[in-house]
Amino acid sequence: MDIKLQNLTKRFPGRRRGGSGEVTAVSDLSLQIQDGTLVGLLGPSGCGKTTTLNMICGLEKPTSGRIFFGEEDVTDLPPEVRGVGMVFQNYALYPHLTVLQNILFPLENLKGAARPSREEMRRRAGEAAALVQIESLRDRRPRELSGGQQQRVAIARALVKMPRVLLLDEPLSNLDARLRLQTREEICKIQKKTGITTIFVTHDQEEAMSISDCIAVMKEGVLMQQGHPQRVYDDPSNLFVARFLGTPPINVFEAEIRGQVLYLLGQPVMGAPGVPDQPVWVGVRPEGFTPKEDGPVTCDLDRVEALGRDVSIVCTHPACAAGTVRAIVSSAREINTDCSKMRFGLQPDKVFLFHRDSGARIPFCPVS
Amino acid sequence: MNMDNSKKAWLYLLPSLILLGAFLLYPLLDVFVYSLEEGFNFASQTYLGVGGYNYLYVLHDPYFLQALKNTFILVLITVPVSTCLALLISVALSSVGALRQLYQTIYFLPYVTNTLAVGLVFMVLFQKTEYTDGMVNLLIQWFGGEGVDFINGPYWAKMFVLCFYTVWVVMPFKILVLTSALASVNQDYYRAARVDGTSRLRTFTRITLPMIAPMLVYLVITGFIGAFKAYSDAVALFGTDLNAAGMNTIVGYVYDMLYGDSGGYPSYASAAAMVLFVIVLTITCINLLVSRRQFRG
Amino acid sequence: MNYLGLSVWAVLVLFPFYWMVLTSLKSYGSYNSERVPQFFTLSPTLENYKEAFIAVPLGGYLLNTLIFSVLTTGAMVAVSTLAAYAFARLNFRGKNLLFALFLSMMMIPSELVVITNFVTITNLNLRNSFPGLILPSITSVFYIYLLKENFEQVPDELYRAAKVDGTSDLKYLWKVILPICRPTLVTVTILKVIECWNSYVWPRLITDEQAYFLVSNGIQEIRENGFGRENIPAMMAAVVVISIPLIVLFLASRRKIMEGVSRGGIKG
Repeated sequence: MDIKLQNLTKRFPGRRRGGSGEVTAVSDLSLQIQDGTLVGLLGPSGCGKTTTLNMICGLEKPTSGRIFFGEEDVTDLPPEVRGVGMVFQNYALYPHLTVLQNILFPLENLKGAARPSREEMRRRAGEAAALVQIESLRDRRPRELSGGQQQRVAIARALVKMPRVLLLDEPLSNLDARLRLQTREEICKIQKKTGITTIFVTHDQEEAMSISDCIAVMKEGVLMQQGHPQRVYDDPSNLFVARFLGTPPINVFEAEIRGQVLYLLGQPVMGAPGVPDQPVWVGVRPEGFTPKEDGPVTCDLDRVEALGRDVSIVCTHPACAAGTVRAIVSSAREINTDCSKMRFGLQPDKVFLFHRDSGARIPFCPVS
Repeated sequence: MNMDNSKKAWLYLLPSLILLGAFLLYPLLDVFVYSLEEGFNFASQTYLGVGGYNYLYVLHDPYFLQALKNTFILVLITVPVSTCLALLISVALSSVGALRQLYQTIYFLPYVTNTLAVGLVFMVLFQKTEYTDGMVNLLIQWFGGEGVDFINGPYWAKMFVLCFYTVWVVMPFKILVLTSALASVNQDYYRAARVDGTSRLRTFTRITLPMIAPMLVYLVITGFIGAFKAYSDAVALFGTDLNAAGMNTIVGYVYDMLYGDSGGYPSYASAAAMVLFVIVLTITCINLLVSRRQFRG
Repeated sequence: MNYLGLSVWAVLVLFPFYWMVLTSLKSYGSYNSERVPQFFTLSPTLENYKEAFIAVPLGGYLLNTLIFSVLTTGAMVAVSTLAAYAFARLNFRGKNLLFALFLSMMMIPSELVVITNFVTITNLNLRNSFPGLILPSITSVFYIYLLKENFEQVPDELYRAAKVDGTSDLKYLWKVILPICRPTLVTVTILKVIECWNSYVWPRLITDEQAYFLVSNGIQEIRENGFGRENIPAMMAAVVVISIPLIVLFLASRRKIMEGVSRGGIKG
């Protein structure tokens, strides 16, 4: 099912009388989602991603804008007729019902012709349970299950009504690190198997990048960028997106363009043909540094952390906004840890320029 | 959720609102109106004028003054006695390990018994008739005292039984509240006090009492309100004709004015009830002030 | 020392119960011949219990009280649950104001409103009838408050999940909230039953036909006109009979009752 969000805006009335202090949770958001894809809605907490999910689901009504499922305008439909399945952050399993009863619950709400027979319900519940591999737990109660198992039950409950769209709100945030890895693969697998258009919300960029076909990055209610995870990573449209994606995060320096050359603390780093003179932010991905005897960037070496396949070089640079600079280089490379200075060359495709004020990307073709 | 479900909400509230309106809010206003209608005639539902006469009448009625006096004596004796006694018992309870459950269960029994029914037992225990001196008098005589009829005898004796029975009835609630208050005091304070070698008395006055002070205040306030509304205890002991026994209470006076052999005067009853309401309201306001100050402190 | 003090109070509490059972087992003759009361009896008899049921309509009183308690409690739970759900879960204009009004109604003493209620019920011609007994006894602001607090503890997410599945509010209340909040509901129910079983003032005002007496009024009636002249053992038998149901209820659900009472503080 294609999903189209058209100029969605959601404002919550202020706490104070007379509507002052009104909060805009989502502002003029437009997004196209292709049928059968897994989409990660990504952003820091409070950026409006859960509100967006709730509007797609029908739990919140947008202040303005429309929502389309395929050709159908579902903006004014209540959740139950939209054909959505939702998995909540804390799973929202009914504590007094068994696993099977929980999965059956949505089916028992159906009325009239849509209501399947008792056997049909059980068959479908069984199928859903099998899909997430919890058949053996069907008679347990939620509190007797581990977090990961509860998660599966919640997914089974969302899938049992064969929704057109599956929505997951922070599906992994309540799991421990190991389960998180496993479950995210599970979600990806289930999505591929069922082919249901799936949208999930997360604040963890790694999680979003690893399994999504497409990510949408939001900030303060505004959609920043949307696209295939690798494309967004390689081609961020502004400083926020560049900073938000990638671990370790991108290194940001105060820099200046003078005479089509990028200067870092008065030191020429690389040519920036066609870019007018101005102060800029320059972002360098950790993997964009190459240790080089005569490299243009000189840092004070702090320490070297072994990561196994790679090593992470931690150093400081006066122009760096965050204080420390992290460079990731292959461990195959010999690094002299004795000297206190470290010189790097930069890989041009890992270097981005941003406006000092707006943070918008400045396109350029670097020349080293 | 921003779904507008005002209509549904009011629908859900409707039964409560109707019942509360009809049997709580409307009567509150109505009673006030009644109390100001002079010369109200119940049969014809007419009245002569509006004014404070009903209050004047009630405040000059010897029965009401007797009831007022009885109620005040009852309040002033039973509230401090029951609160102190409950505190003692709760502290003792919290220091015993074995049998605690059993004691707690026993102490709570009066709460679930019918006040009227057990009152009858108390009457039997304290009464002195021509056939028997009764249980209590037997005990008094054992200790060399002189028997007295607590039910139909002198005023002080009747007041004693009433107070005794009232305390007996209110104790379960107080013990329960205080034991749970004591149980919720963090044991670390006691351990710290022990390490510092604090004496038991000092521990009690400097740690335990301040910690449970809010609950004590609460008990005293609810105790005052409850005791001002005393009625069925007295009926249980002395029968429905409390005026004749000289043991009426404010609430009893209200009911007697309303109904029964001396009844049929809802205006007087209302005026008396308003007097009671003012007393209760005063205590409630004091309560609010005290608890607010505690909250700030 | 502690045990001594505690035991003294325990005896003071238990003694009236012992005395009422003991007296109820003494025969009329032997009781009246005891100038000095005896602390035990060697010839217990159940005669008095028979007498209690035959001489006065004790069975009828018990039945009335049972009907009254069940209907009142049932209606109270239904009405309070709906109201508590509205306060806990639904949004509507003036909710906070209305709830504050509800809370302040807890301060109105029932003794005050009884007067008008008496007049209202009399004018509606509902004296000596169950509706007259029950209607004013249904609402309890306190229980609404207690239930609302409890309902609010059910996570918001469950409500959203139910809404996604198209569950109506009534069904959500019935299938999710009530099962989850069952412990509190049970506590509230038991407390209300106790309250009903022991209620005296309102039934006394509103009934003067024996056919509608509740046990409290029955006892008072027995005391003033029952059993001919001062048949104390039969009276005690009646007292035992009406006390037993609540004591059994208490012993069976001791923890729930004590917890509920200490949380709320209903007396007074």
